[in-house]
Amino acid sequence: MFVASKQVVLLTAVAAAILAFNLLPRIASGGTSVQLCDGETRLALDQVPTTPAGGLAVANALMAEWQQKNPGQPWAMGTIQDPQERAKLQKQRYQPKQPFDNRTALGEGQKVGHPYRDFSERDIVLWEAETMRLVYEGAEVFHDAARLGSTIAVSCDMCHPDASNTHPETYPKYQTQIGRPVMLREMINWCIEHPVRGKPLAHDDPRMLAMEAYIYAQRQGVALQFGKH
Amino acid sequence: MKSIETKYMEERESLLRSLHNLDRRSFFKLSAAAGAAAVTHGVAFPHSFQPVRIGNGVESFRIAYISDSHLYERKLNDRFVKALLRAVDDVNRMDPQPDFVLFGGDLAQLGAPAELDLGAQILKNLRAPVRMMVGEHDWYLDLGEKWKGLFGAERYTFDHKGVHFVVLNSVVEEDFWTARKLTPAQRMGTVAGLDNGLQSPFTVGEEQRAWLANDLAKIDPNTPLVVFSHSPLYHYYKRWNFWTDDAEQVQAILEKFKKCTVVHGHTHQLLTHRIGDIHFHGLLSTAWPWPYAPEGLPELTVQMNRPDPFNPNDGCGQGEVHVDVDGLVDKVYRLWNRNPVTVSSEYMKSFGKAQKPGRANTPSY
Repeated sequence: MFVASKQVVLLTAVAAAILAFNLLPRIASGGTSVQLCDGETRLALDQVPTTPAGGLAVANALMAEWQQKNPGQPWAMGTIQDPQERAKLQKQRYQPKQPFDNRTALGEGQKVGHPYRDFSERDIVLWEAETMRLVYEGAEVFHDAARLGSTIAVSCDMCHPDASNTHPETYPKYQTQIGRPVMLREMINWCIEHPVRGKPLAHDDPRMLAMEAYIYAQRQGVALQFGKH
Repeated sequence: MKSIETKYMEERESLLRSLHNLDRRSFFKLSAAAGAAAVTHGVAFPHSFQPVRIGNGVESFRIAYISDSHLYERKLNDRFVKALLRAVDDVNRMDPQPDFVLFGGDLAQLGAPAELDLGAQILKNLRAPVRMMVGEHDWYLDLGEKWKGLFGAERYTFDHKGVHFVVLNSVVEEDFWTARKLTPAQRMGTVAGLDNGLQSPFTVGEEQRAWLANDLAKIDPNTPLVVFSHSPLYHYYKRWNFWTDDAEQVQAILEKFKKCTVVHGHTHQLLTHRIGDIHFHGLLSTAWPWPYAPEGLPELTVQMNRPDPFNPNDGCGQGEVHVDVDGLVDKVYRLWNRNPVTVSSEYMKSFGKAQKPGRANTPSY
């Protein structure tokens, strides 16, 4: 039960319920078996819920069963923090730049009625929220010596507050010391190996991708100037 | 496999050893050559350091400074320890020795007793007397308890060769931790992040301003005044606390002094500003340089070069404050791996028209 809040537990249970439709064998009665994220607690359903309220009822029933089996056991991780409160603190801490405002893609315009380019408010909100989630993840890694693998407790922000002087817009450029033109991620790895004294990350390591997201996001509006020293 | 820093320190030590082994005559030849080389490269040596006594009782003298060493414990991080040792060596090799050494704050990284003890132990190797100033990294674990136990009061004044000196604690933050139920370590961790927007701005605070006004009321306004503060006593960039929130109220207390210099740490960069008759100078860090902030850079500042990431310790260093007989100062930034940069009192007096330091060929992005 390593989850951050009751709300997340419920969502997890709903997600688990959805997954379980595919993963678990149909039960003899012909109904559906739903499994809690502990991998053990199950519930047989005659009918699959089709509304959020129905999903929550299933999740609550699973949770109640788990609590009955584990009386008095803590089911939430260390500090329980309201996700909205957490998001507010994260925003105040990092104060990132805002992504491009895509609301111009809304409205009738030349839309011809098929789904491609037929965007809704929901799309706009989703794009922004998911993009910022990656940016915040990058900010967390950038500020966390342990996640960077530093052996000397040094993190990127110590020299680059708000990712300043990382100038992602200037890559690719030739670096004499490396002997060829390099991309931003190679310079990130150079810093991880030298001032940070850690091991370089694979170029597709999720931490690397997230850090690139954060670093690029901080240069919103700056023109590309590849090759600039 | 040795790290670049270790190799660098070894090379440096072997060079210094070979200098020791030179006989006296070759040594003089070498220093003469170094002097000539410096002149060729346009390095300005401010003036003679011979003390001269004139009518107003001010003698010329010089102070060295070391600042922002951000020490972790030695077993965790030897990089910052070696950097501070290098600065101590450099200052100890000054001949003649400075009258005293100012430590500009942020001796420790996370205010831990072991970090502060280590710093105190290293600074004991300085040959000249040391004057300590506190930084936020020294303070916010135990709100100054350990620091004060080692070094005494965090604010004090003294007089030296006709100049009145004030050392302030300019890193007073409003309580942001109680309401959020932060532990002392979490509070320290928050303040330790330069770009952590969950903390409060630095202030000198009402109580300390009253103390300052009271102290300065006794001082003749013609007396040269030098103020040391960890944060800049003006508004540069609030998000990084390159800023003191009540700076204008502090400036109002200082403005009656015709020869007033404020020397501050925290910003880890070459920084020059003038407001009225108050001249402001920044200090270099021994641990790491900071980029110039995206806005608010004082107009008189000639930027130092953007540090080269391939060059260990580039952009770091220590330096000197030369107080002249007129009570004004020349500020010297001894950047390791670079030519020293002097920001002279002539430059300050002429609002940047005379003796302008050379421009950086790689300024901030």
